[in-house]
Amino acid sequence: MNRPSLAWKFYIAAFYLFLFAPLLVVAIFAFNASPFPSPPWRGFTLEWFTGSGAAVGKPGVLVDPIWLESIGNSFKVAIPVALLAVLLGTVNAWVLERAEFRGKTFVAMMMLWPLVIPGVVLGISILAFFSRLANGLEDWLQTDLDLLRPGLPLVVLGQLSFILTIATLIIAARLRKFDRSLEEAAFDLGASRARVLRTVTLPFLRPALIGAGLVALLMSFENFNTTLMLVGSEAPLPIAMYGQMREGASPAINAVSLLLMLGVGGIASVFALTAKAER
Amino acid sequence: MIAKQASRLTLFLLLAPAILWLGLLIVLPHVEILVLSFSERIAPRVYAFGFGNYLEFFTEPLYWRTFARTAFMSILVTALTLVLAFPIALYIARVAQGRLKAMLLLLCLLPFWVSELVRTLGWMILLRETGVISYMLRSIGLASQPVELLYNDGAVILGLVYGGLLFMIVPLANALESLEPAVVEAGYDLGGSRWTVLRRIVIPHAMPGIVAGCIIVFMLTVGNFATPVLLGGKNGLWFTEQIYAQFITRFNWPQGAAFGMLLLLLSSAIVWLGLRLTGQSLGTTLKQA
Repeated sequence: MNRPSLAWKFYIAAFYLFLFAPLLVVAIFAFNASPFPSPPWRGFTLEWFTGSGAAVGKPGVLVDPIWLESIGNSFKVAIPVALLAVLLGTVNAWVLERAEFRGKTFVAMMMLWPLVIPGVVLGISILAFFSRLANGLEDWLQTDLDLLRPGLPLVVLGQLSFILTIATLIIAARLRKFDRSLEEAAFDLGASRARVLRTVTLPFLRPALIGAGLVALLMSFENFNTTLMLVGSEAPLPIAMYGQMREGASPAINAVSLLLMLGVGGIASVFALTAKAER
Repeated sequence: MIAKQASRLTLFLLLAPAILWLGLLIVLPHVEILVLSFSERIAPRVYAFGFGNYLEFFTEPLYWRTFARTAFMSILVTALTLVLAFPIALYIARVAQGRLKAMLLLLCLLPFWVSELVRTLGWMILLRETGVISYMLRSIGLASQPVELLYNDGAVILGLVYGGLLFMIVPLANALESLEPAVVEAGYDLGGSRWTVLRRIVIPHAMPGIVAGCIIVFMLTVGNFATPVLLGGKNGLWFTEQIYAQFITRFNWPQGAAFGMLLLLLSSAIVWLGLRLTGQSLGTTLKQA
């Protein structure tokens, strides 16, 4: 292509400004000493992070039990989702890359399917199905099965339903690059199957396992659509934020957002570094 | 014989998680809402088979209008995203070199690692009556009153386009990357103008990326919930909101299930149509992304 025109360069610059403008204002107004996240600027403060609430009316995020609880809830969901996604994703990757059986293309297609279902539909279908399951089992067993009712365990299942596809794809892509003669060499040297897996195959997969876990962690932390349909009384962070935003929030929500951005940035850079190590 | 049985057992154990996952979390739940969508309440706590929920959708204007509006606006958003993203993708793929290229792509990725709600919050702070843009317009004297830019269709479209950009830029840049510079030069040498080269060489070459990007952006837009509700307020009127209202607010699950099936149908139909019209397959399309 020939040299870019001035207008084109100008467009690129304007585009990146557009891309970062919303994030910048969120970050800036986290430090504004005003009860509302809007101009004018009334001076720099850290009250929205650590304040007791005496100066600005509401306590800062790091001392407010409501926010701390929702962050805790997000971790209670994200950690099981990430662990399960890596564990089951590895087995699925094995099915895709190593197993030979009739109907494998069908299974492979089915594994992609969750990606084309709208998140809201995933949420309601799992809600409806597990409610029916709970009703049936409760009648039969004569006990309460709160596990299958809206709440954090159901959120874990709902998020897992599509995050597992992503984890599977990441791990399968790495497994495809594996040179199987390495495993054969280990077998020839007398290693048992378990030992080959532990000392040869899994170390090779490690970057993909870490990557898949981090992506799962991020996607779980940020998921809104599916989670909204499945939450009970304990709200993870995005749901709590949504509630606050509808009411017209204080800059505490900016402070939460900034912390979230920093956390996500941290995880993303770890991910980028492991991706680089892979190459 | 024993070896064969053992390998069948291994295969079964390997397949078990996939079967449980796809069966319990995908297939059976969808069967459940399909069945639910065809059940009508004939007396308290008594349900029978019927098409009532779908009839309700077609006879109540609010429902089908919201549906049509969601579909139309999603197509509009997809088209706008494509037009805005194309020059960026072209620049990243064909003009920028080395570190600048990696930087530009990384800068595109960054905002999208941040939660959708944070991005929406940013737009709310920028657009609302007491927000940054309104404040700036007043301070430079372009407006005498506070200007409300939130809670209208423009704000909804803006937020949705913003949310879709990355998913358009990445597949487009991937597709444009593989275009041979010699082919483009040959186009110019044969007397093609800039526009002709773009239309006859660059765009056809980018077609797989364009299809992949459009499909992903459309799916994400149609299924979005937070952006239209928060940026559009009462005027948001997005179909996912109707599903939420039926399921959670009104507790009318059969009606909500019917709406869910319709949304799934819309989303799948457009994806299928897009693939059909351009002769692409789902597998290669998802790989592009």
